[in-house]
Amino acid sequence: MSTGNVESWTGNMAEIGAAYPFVGIETPLMIAGVVFWVWWHICQLRSENRELEEAVKKHGNAESLNKAIDASDPNKQ
Amino acid sequence: MDNELTALGILFTEFYYWVTVVFMFLIHVGFCMYEVGATRQKNHMHTLMKNTMIIPLITVTFYFFGWWIYFAFPNGPWIIGDLIAAPWATANSELMGTHLGGPPVQGALTADDTAFWAHINGVFWAAFLLFSWTAASIVSGAVIERIRSSAFWFLAILIGSVFWVIDASWGWHPDGWMVQKLGYHDAYASGVIHAVAGGFALGILIPLGARIGKFDKDGNPRNIGPRNPWLVTVGLFLIYTGFWGFYAACNVPMIDIQDGEGILFSATNIYLGPTTLSAITLNFLMSLAGGMMAAYLVSKGDAFWTYSGGLAGIIGASAGNDLYHPIQSMFIAAFVVVIIYKMHFWVERRFKIDDAVGAVAVHGYAGFLGVVIAGFMLWGYPASPNPEYATINPLGNFIGAVIMFLVLGFIPGFFFASILKAFGMLRVPEAVEIVGLDVSETIAQEFEDAAMLQAEREAVMASYPSGAK
Repeated sequence: MSTGNVESWTGNMAEIGAAYPFVGIETPLMIAGVVFWVWWHICQLRSENRELEEAVKKHGNAESLNKAIDASDPNKQ
Repeated sequence: MDNELTALGILFTEFYYWVTVVFMFLIHVGFCMYEVGATRQKNHMHTLMKNTMIIPLITVTFYFFGWWIYFAFPNGPWIIGDLIAAPWATANSELMGTHLGGPPVQGALTADDTAFWAHINGVFWAAFLLFSWTAASIVSGAVIERIRSSAFWFLAILIGSVFWVIDASWGWHPDGWMVQKLGYHDAYASGVIHAVAGGFALGILIPLGARIGKFDKDGNPRNIGPRNPWLVTVGLFLIYTGFWGFYAACNVPMIDIQDGEGILFSATNIYLGPTTLSAITLNFLMSLAGGMMAAYLVSKGDAFWTYSGGLAGIIGASAGNDLYHPIQSMFIAAFVVVIIYKMHFWVERRFKIDDAVGAVAVHGYAGFLGVVIAGFMLWGYPASPNPEYATINPLGNFIGAVIMFLVLGFIPGFFFASILKAFGMLRVPEAVEIVGLDVSETIAQEFEDAAMLQAEREAVMASYPSGAK
């Protein structure tokens, strides 16, 4: 007994086709994969929105922005 | 595998594509280094991650639907025919998993499908996938230092797993409708990768806008040049190196091309028309040389443009590099580079387009010109071994170049970027752009630095209680 269509590597090898475990589960696997992909984008977008909001809250003022510009200015370092 | 020669051919082809994939990975390494080298320090990590995450996101989406599009869309669909069944290329196909070529389990597949695709499907898929990464990476460089990661990745999936694959199905498939009806010829993807990605990048750049400070009050552009010339140099040299794998992957390595009696094995281009690895190696190097020499002169020895010119030279000759003479390749490359260099700066001044790395010129304009030139140079050659199909001609390749750059590149890029812009999701806020897109890493680092300093003060206090602040 095995989880796939292969129980022995002897005999007529030309008769072996799909060799991965749980043959027949491809469509549910595909759906799960697509859900995982879309879920990743949703999580990433939420996280990015949060980070940008925090950054604007912290740096969205003249003092902070001038400080950042000065930090990039080689003449003021 | 009904005889030893067939078996050898299939296993050689499997190994051949596998090697090309490893080489092509260097293109992405090169793009990452090149982009970071062209970016100001405050944006380094953002630029790096923006390009790095192309790898997983395009990979899964190309698996889910990109590969199927290539085989299903050669007729348009509904331009010259219907969707074509491609049961070996769907995400739930048994042939996408480990398969030894025996009888199929899924009803849509035949024994011939499994015998042929079991050893080829994964490596052929991977070769195309690496082209997909490249298409998205081309766009990535143009939009650095102001685009939101989420927006870029959405757009990257569109170009990498949808639009370039559609154009490949139309113009880079032995039975694509553009090959059949227009005689479209683009052997090493001047149009199908470079023009489409360059056009897509230009379509995004318009709604995205220029970086703060790129243009002065009179509209004159300022040079925000490469920040790390060494990273740029190594990056572009790695792209050259990966381009070898790209060229090899555009070929089918071993096919009997003889019509009728006898056997004559040869490499072929993607349309199954004969060429040789020897010829494309000569042409690759001579077009690189022509591009670099012209770029050096026209840019007055600017290193960034000399390297980019080498790349643009190859791209400009690629459409016909399966058949050109090496000296033809060299002159075509040199001609294309002079034109695209001038166009880059003209477009920048005239339309205020901030293309940070010249991607639209190096890939888009060079790819477009390369396809058009191939239409003249190879006028009357067969576009395919199928005698029913149109022959290569200037009008067919010009229309093809317009389809690549404009229809499948610029218009979708502009459309989807404009939608993102309308929802405020395309560009980072102004404050973040000024502070730097690595702002979250910067905040975290400031916190860590403060904690470290405090720990050191406490250590001093413990050792020298009288002298501590």
